[in-house]
Amino acid sequence: MIKPPVLILGARSDIGKAVAHKFASLGHPVQLAARNASTLEADKTDMELRHGVSVTLHEFEALATETHDAFVAALPQLPEVAVCVVGLMGQQAENERDIQAACRVMRSNYEGPASILAVLANSFEARGSGTLVGISSVAGDRGRATNYVYGSAKAGFTAFLSGLRNRLAKRGVHVLTVLPGFVSTQMTEGMDLPAKLTAEPGEVADAIARAVAGRKDVVYFRPIWRLIMLIIRNIPERVFKRLKI
Amino acid sequence: MKLSGWGRYPVLEARTHRPRSVDALRNLVLSEPNLIARGNGRAYGDSAINTSATIETRHINRMIAFDPASGQLVAEAGVLLGDIIAAFLPRGWFPMVTPGTKFVTLGGAIAADVHGKNHHKDGSFRSCVDWIDVMGPDGGIRRCSPQDDAAMFDHTLGGMGLTGVILRAAIRLRSVETAWIRQTTILAPNLKAAMAAFEATQDATYSVAWIDCLGTRGNLGRCLVMLGEHATHRDLPTGKAQAPFQTKTKRKLSVPIDFPAFALNSLTVRAFNALYYWAGARKTAEHLVDWDSYFYPLDAILGWNRIYGRKGFVQFQCALPLDQSEAGLTALLAEIAKAGSGSFLAVLKRFGKQDSAFSFPMDGYTLALDFTVTRKTLALLEQLDQITIEHGGRFYLAKDSRMRAETLRASDTRAADFRAHRDSHGYTSRFRSAQSERLAL
Repeated sequence: MIKPPVLILGARSDIGKAVAHKFASLGHPVQLAARNASTLEADKTDMELRHGVSVTLHEFEALATETHDAFVAALPQLPEVAVCVVGLMGQQAENERDIQAACRVMRSNYEGPASILAVLANSFEARGSGTLVGISSVAGDRGRATNYVYGSAKAGFTAFLSGLRNRLAKRGVHVLTVLPGFVSTQMTEGMDLPAKLTAEPGEVADAIARAVAGRKDVVYFRPIWRLIMLIIRNIPERVFKRLKI
Repeated sequence: MKLSGWGRYPVLEARTHRPRSVDALRNLVLSEPNLIARGNGRAYGDSAINTSATIETRHINRMIAFDPASGQLVAEAGVLLGDIIAAFLPRGWFPMVTPGTKFVTLGGAIAADVHGKNHHKDGSFRSCVDWIDVMGPDGGIRRCSPQDDAAMFDHTLGGMGLTGVILRAAIRLRSVETAWIRQTTILAPNLKAAMAAFEATQDATYSVAWIDCLGTRGNLGRCLVMLGEHATHRDLPTGKAQAPFQTKTKRKLSVPIDFPAFALNSLTVRAFNALYYWAGARKTAEHLVDWDSYFYPLDAILGWNRIYGRKGFVQFQCALPLDQSEAGLTALLAEIAKAGSGSFLAVLKRFGKQDSAFSFPMDGYTLALDFTVTRKTLALLEQLDQITIEHGGRFYLAKDSRMRAETLRASDTRAADFRAHRDSHGYTSRFRSAQSERLAL
């Protein structure tokens, strides 16, 4: 039996690739969507060789929201699972100085991802099945001085996913919110991250595949982050505003 | 960041880079004054550490092509042997040569020219490599093979990454009918018996011995010599034969903490060794073992290096020429038993013939064992070095973390030739590791 396809939005990222490999290893054909998709040709060959599934490449620009309807319509097959890994961290200091840079971060983490998932949500709802996975971030759980531009956009995305889940719960469509803490990727390279709190992209991918199969709603990874963020959310604002975290 | 090899000794502060593409890697080669490539960090010591620029290749890890007619796989250097097994064993292919862990990269396997339990029959990793692409100091890529640019090929296999950055390679896989190994065990009560067993079983595809390093007098060098053959379809009972590549995935154990220093001492090791020997003695008849348990027993215990505690451990591995093997091994074992610093993981193996400019194996025997790092064991290792040199032996650089440059020169005349080759091609100043500096390579 041929398994249904899985779409990866933002397939060039480390987490995107890891998720693609994971679903391919489970026997799913994979649709890789990214900007300049043709540069993923070597990854396509790699995934096909390793997992013996078919891999297709699709040009995708998260910020060109006007193209999203056509993008979904042009897919060879409506996927069963769509995983949105699109995101941009930027530099907080630059985001404070340069409002255009800040807007790019806001749009890349909220507007683009929400737009494409909204289009897919309508198609999935019409079909009456499917899973939408949004990779948000623990940074969205509370705004902090060190990365609130990124965090605020992720907060918006988390809220969007929560609303989408609420809307689609009775329509057979599953919405999974993934909240990674630190992950060892290109985005965090050079940052001095505590090893015990830092996950490898492959571990995040395994957790996502489990959560999709188990129809989970919200997954923190590593799981310890649920506790860490519970504490951080509950610090009174008058104390929090003086902290450096 | 703090960086070490698998033995967690020494630990050095090093700058690391993780290029995602060949272009990014080239930029590093062109901009860093000197550097070393690092695969998955499974060399035990400081082979893959350059304090100013260590280039991790684990993101350059794509498979490029596979030819099911010849079994040739072309892949980037960061691909793990475990990835190759995961992808190709279900289709009936297995690495031609594999070391005792599947967590090594293709690049690392080439750089160390690793060997496996079939060295006596099939040679080192080199024998399955058709060609290698190597990035030189100018950022250019050279393809070398035993036919074309043979000197580059010779010096890159076993060259510890000191001839350039290994980018891609074509290797031949072995066709197998099942994922199972037929294992038999020969009980050898002492070294002489163990060597006789190896000599009598040269036709076996795989052979390796676990050796009790704390045995003394009559028990000196008692071994379990373990032989293996790839099981064919006919060798499997009906249940297994229906899915010949399916073996149960074992739950991985991991060592969550560093063991305290007292956990490993000569009493616990002695007790373990006695139990292990007699457990082996009860199961000598042929039986089926799955590929993972057979080739990679320690991989099932993630982070087993923590058993040796916070200070880390060192491994001693030497090869001795055949005519000196018995005398050399006897002297080494006597010295180890006298010091009482045994280890759980002591391995004896018969090597076959070996070609190459700087690879480790030689026609004869190899002995490998681990020690917790203490002043006493470091002194013992110096003694073992001397005994090895006196018997014409040499040392495995993938395991070394503490040898002196003079020791290397005294043990291996090829070291000076290797250095001369590096000098003449402009590699010496550009491709350097903490180990190459220590050993003046």
